[in-house]
Amino acid sequence: MKYLAADFGSTYTKLTAIDAAAGRVLATANAFTTIDTDVMRGFDKALESLKAKVRDFEYDELLCCSSAGGGLKMVALGLVPELTSKAARMAAANAGAKVVKTYAYEISAEEQREIYEINPDIVLLCGGTDGGNKDTVIANAGLLGEIKRGFAVIYAGNKSAARDVEAILCDAGKNFVITKNVMPVFNQLDIEPAQNAIRELFIKNIVAAKGLSNAQAKSAREIIPTPLAVLRACELLALGTPKTSGMGDFIAVDLGGATTDVYSLSKGEASLDNVLVKGLPEPYCKRTVEGDLGMRYSLAHVAEQTDIDRMAAQINVSAREIKDWVARCSQTPDIISAAGSKERAIDEAFARRAIELALTRHCGVLEKAYTPLGEIFTLTGKDLSRAQYLIGIGGIIINSALPQYMLEGGCHTPQNRAFMLPREPLYMQDKKYIFSAMGLLSEVDPELALNIMKQEIRQL
Amino acid sequence: MHKKTLITGVIGADVHAVGNKILAFALTEAGFNVVNLGVMVSQEEFVQAAVETNADAIVVSSLYGHGEIDCNGLRQKCDEAGLKDIPMLAGGNLVVGKQVFGDVEKRFLAMGFTKVYPPGTSVETTIKDLKEILKIK
Repeated sequence: MKYLAADFGSTYTKLTAIDAAAGRVLATANAFTTIDTDVMRGFDKALESLKAKVRDFEYDELLCCSSAGGGLKMVALGLVPELTSKAARMAAANAGAKVVKTYAYEISAEEQREIYEINPDIVLLCGGTDGGNKDTVIANAGLLGEIKRGFAVIYAGNKSAARDVEAILCDAGKNFVITKNVMPVFNQLDIEPAQNAIRELFIKNIVAAKGLSNAQAKSAREIIPTPLAVLRACELLALGTPKTSGMGDFIAVDLGGATTDVYSLSKGEASLDNVLVKGLPEPYCKRTVEGDLGMRYSLAHVAEQTDIDRMAAQINVSAREIKDWVARCSQTPDIISAAGSKERAIDEAFARRAIELALTRHCGVLEKAYTPLGEIFTLTGKDLSRAQYLIGIGGIIINSALPQYMLEGGCHTPQNRAFMLPREPLYMQDKKYIFSAMGLLSEVDPELALNIMKQEIRQL
Repeated sequence: MHKKTLITGVIGADVHAVGNKILAFALTEAGFNVVNLGVMVSQEEFVQAAVETNADAIVVSSLYGHGEIDCNGLRQKCDEAGLKDIPMLAGGNLVVGKQVFGDVEKRFLAMGFTKVYPPGTSVETTIKDLKEILKIK
């Protein structure tokens, strides 16, 4: 049995050829994604170069995932920022969406216009526990109905308001799905039904809308969003199969041109004594996506959040040179820095910074409080300080000579001690960029996918 | 009948967990839908929970003597969040030292609390008051 996994990315279409009998990856190849004409053109071109590496390669089954056309663009609406808004964002991110923005409370006219501008594929509408607040979700359903865009709405809020929301969205002529509340009881999450609804809508509507119908016609299995495939691979690698054990808890970071994804596979239980856990419970397998952290399209945003003078001193280039490079990258996002050049050094320093920012936003925060009983700590989010592995996926991490230097940005330092970042992880990388392919393969042959990952994900 | 929703918790940096659990248990037994936030609950957390669950009343406990500082401003935050006139009850060891309870009560009522209880109040008293305030027969 031979499989071909295709990942239609926003820039590249990546192919991975897998031989089940030999239990390994035969080769990988890529070509530019051709979403504007026919995605299969780019696919065929990549297949050609794959066949140049593996002669007479024929596949028995094609597996596809996609983040082409901007990925699965979503906005999430909730009531209280720390509660249902956060839960909605978590549900969308864990379904593999690019969550462009999260809103809380009744949205304003300004925010309505913003959603119009974002033009999302799906809007996830949440708010209120079951039997709790109804007014906000009902108002927001009406306000979403006024936005003249073709997005679909998934309602996963207070069940007691579902009937009203349904009537409003129906009148507004919106395509919508009603599913279970993401927070049925205060501080208890149930995000799976919303995730399933997102996946089903993606398959039903978005695949065709993003010009992927031709790819879907060739594959017997459903096309899923790429981050969802990566998430499935992560889950398999951590937990293993009933027959083979996984590698246990880890963190993976995928640093792309426009966004940075962080995956943590850990319960994130507090590692210190005398810690009070606060805030929403988080899933074992958690994904966050940072739309403002990336090495090309969003490099300017990373630069904004960086002390450029300090960075210049550290890597021995001038601040002027750093700023010029940021400007060039923003203008021509397909620019690549040459190995060993000053520009590469700048890229690596920014990658380190982007990883630091993405991980501090992903992990839990420890706060100190003084009580009459003495000092006490509160933990909000996951404690990842004991994570055993930190895996780098994608882009600059696998193309640079200094992957460990960049990944170390995501680790605990005395300056960021409030964040529960890994302290002494083993650094690993996905050199061939196979995570998404293995996520797809895990649906067909999990044993094979796990074994290949164990071979290919190597320690630095 | 639709159950009335109460938010309970121990405010501030107070970690007295036992009474909180007993109170939540007793109120649940009395037929309320109790959202218990546990110990070390900030004013913001009380407000957020009340908004999300459309709560009918907030029941604040404080056992460590700093209750007055911790509770001050809660009414204003509720007003700001649109929780207009939500009943707020407070009890425990609200203040330090041997103070006349009448004075303490006056100060808490001035802060916007609906009912204030001295140390040693039995939970039945609170349940009876809650039923009256929320018009439960």
